[in-house]
Amino acid sequence: MAKEGLGLEITELRLGLPGGGTEKNEKKRVFSEISEEEENEKSNGPPELQSKSQVVGWPPVCSYRKKNSFGDKDGSKTSKFYVKVSMDGAPFLRKIDLALHKGYSDLAKALEKLFGEALRDAESCEFVPIYEDKDGDWMLAGDVPWEMFIESCKRLRIMKKADAKGFGVLQSREALNGTLK
Amino acid sequence: MEPSELKRSKDSPNSDESTRRSSFPDEVLERVLSLLKTHRDRSSVSLVCKDWYNAERWSRTHVFIGNCYSVSPEIVARRFPKIRSVTLKGKPRFSDFNLVPENWGADIHAWLVVFAAKYPFLEELRLKRMAISDESLEFLAVSFPNFKALSLLSCDGFSTNGLAAIATHCKNLTELDIQENGIDDKGGSWLSCFPESFTSLEVLNFANLSSDINFDALERLVGRCKSMRVLKLNRSVSLEQLQRLLVNAPQLAELGTGSFSEELTFRQYVELESALSNCKNMHTLSGLWDAKGIYLPALYPVCTHLTFLNLSYAALRSDELAKLLAHCPRLKRLWVLDTVEDKGLEAVGLNCPLLEELRVFPADPFDEEIIHGVTEAGFVAVSFGCPRLHYVLYFCRQMTNAAVATIVQNCPDFTHFRLCIMNPGQPDYITNEPMDEAFGAVVKTCTKLQRLSVSGRLTDLTFEYIGRYAKNLETLSVAFAGSSDWGMQCVMGGCSKLRKLEIRDCPFGNAALLSGLEKYESMRSLWMSACNVTMNGCRLLAREMPRLNVEVMKEDGSDDSQADKVYVYRSIAGPRRDAPPSVLTL
Repeated sequence: MAKEGLGLEITELRLGLPGGGTEKNEKKRVFSEISEEEENEKSNGPPELQSKSQVVGWPPVCSYRKKNSFGDKDGSKTSKFYVKVSMDGAPFLRKIDLALHKGYSDLAKALEKLFGEALRDAESCEFVPIYEDKDGDWMLAGDVPWEMFIESCKRLRIMKKADAKGFGVLQSREALNGTLK
Repeated sequence: MEPSELKRSKDSPNSDESTRRSSFPDEVLERVLSLLKTHRDRSSVSLVCKDWYNAERWSRTHVFIGNCYSVSPEIVARRFPKIRSVTLKGKPRFSDFNLVPENWGADIHAWLVVFAAKYPFLEELRLKRMAISDESLEFLAVSFPNFKALSLLSCDGFSTNGLAAIATHCKNLTELDIQENGIDDKGGSWLSCFPESFTSLEVLNFANLSSDINFDALERLVGRCKSMRVLKLNRSVSLEQLQRLLVNAPQLAELGTGSFSEELTFRQYVELESALSNCKNMHTLSGLWDAKGIYLPALYPVCTHLTFLNLSYAALRSDELAKLLAHCPRLKRLWVLDTVEDKGLEAVGLNCPLLEELRVFPADPFDEEIIHGVTEAGFVAVSFGCPRLHYVLYFCRQMTNAAVATIVQNCPDFTHFRLCIMNPGQPDYITNEPMDEAFGAVVKTCTKLQRLSVSGRLTDLTFEYIGRYAKNLETLSVAFAGSSDWGMQCVMGGCSKLRKLEIRDCPFGNAALLSGLEKYESMRSLWMSACNVTMNGCRLLAREMPRLNVEVMKEDGSDDSQADKVYVYRSIAGPRRDAPPSVLTL
């Protein structure tokens, strides 16, 4: 019932809010810059609570609220199709339930809705939807049948096309090229 | 009613007891006292004199027991012979957060056995945090022919089979309210157990159950229960089904929708909107699981009269909430998820000037990677627009002392202030100082404060403030706070009306625990877990105060001398005999 400790280190991918509150139109950051900045971020709590793992019964949210969380048809376990979506330039990550969508175009519409603002502010750069699969590889979205995709997708990222070269997507392109031969 | 008024009329030729001080006949006194409803008034009245004690006990029909172990069912039955309605609360509140071991107790069965013998005409049973089995529910269903209302909140130990027994046997049932329980959901067939001849249901709440119910059975049930005023559906009920139900139940005052998200044709949408707009009495709306923004306008006609809107299961965005609230000018109570963010809360401040209660729940309380939700800005925005705010539950990831000071300046009438800064021990994120001044401002300004939950980095200063200023405080919840025993000592010494104190993960030890020696008998209970209290400290307390039950729950693998979890409560029933092995009674 209660979630087990995830052992999440605060230094993992995390977009901390700057001192002045939320600013949605912050300057754009590329993926690699985020992890660098993180190490320089001021810590928010006393040192001994920095790398906190899950504390039992905290925050004090009742079990029925945890169970009935969003995307849960079943009520007793979280949907395994809930994945995080990050977008380059958007200040916050979002979560999306892949099971609620019928196919890639439905997903594309949903992503546009979630990140509409950031997409529009993007100064006409192109974006590539990539996802991390079960093996930890970053793949270009759209190649495999939808059912196979939702089974293997662990997280999504909407990456700027310009940055594609600096990242492991090159792998999938080569794989793609491989399959086309 | 003043006691002096009653004593004035002395003529009572029917009085045959000239030795009694009061010449008021019992029957008249009982009749008069039967008009008193609240249990506190009744408690006061029963203390006036022996006659009044007796008159009160014979006229009491509802008994409220805040801690099921403070008294035994036999004692209750002996004192109050005419009870028709019982409210019982069991486990300590921290059991909601998995801090209380399994099988801790608070089983209803022993109570039911006594009630079956002494109160065969029992009509209502309302339980909170009690353990109740299917066997107990079956026993209840067959033992009380007049049984009318069953309400289970945060209970566990039963399954839908127990509900089936209730539906099958309780011919006079008016209320079945199954809220937020640890229920073993074996399927929805229980609802089909209501006989076709059964028409008395007024309140039906099964929102917490996840299985599909037989919709035809539900539709027929709602159609024939013409007095139904509260209907809270579970997620399996679709929008189209909702519309069919509403067409037959326009008299509903409280509605909990099912899932609010399937694809609707235009015609279906219009029909839904029409059905909703016919519900002229509706003042409370909840459910709205997976609410899709495009369908929310169907609610607008209902929104104009709404006083309570519970959106805590609908992950709305700020713009979606803003559009909805523009139609809810009369809202007094609002529950939302923090997905609405500060912008959504600004809309609250702008649109809901009559708001008295706000609860903001975290959508992702355990995920540290995603940082969104609400901040101090949202809370401040609400306080500017809603001066009548007196109840707040607010989960956030950052807060400042200055913001809280502004909030209470705008809303000085807080009776319930529950602030949860989700990162334990987090200071004011701008000044990096402890949050002492924030809670200092709360207790200094809000003189009517009854309930307080504190969070963030707090030193003993917070508790000095609480002890000095929070003179009406009855319930205090503390976690990851304080610097030394002194903090708790200030609270025990200063808060004269304190009834419930729950503390976890604080540096309070035996000196703090024992400083409340004189106080615990006037309180309902004390909970302390992961503090610095030892077994010896607890033993001393138990020895000095024999009318307190001092229970210690040990964790596996902890030091023998540490008292990991301590639960202290007053009781006239003596130590309990049903404690599991993990609970030691000292």
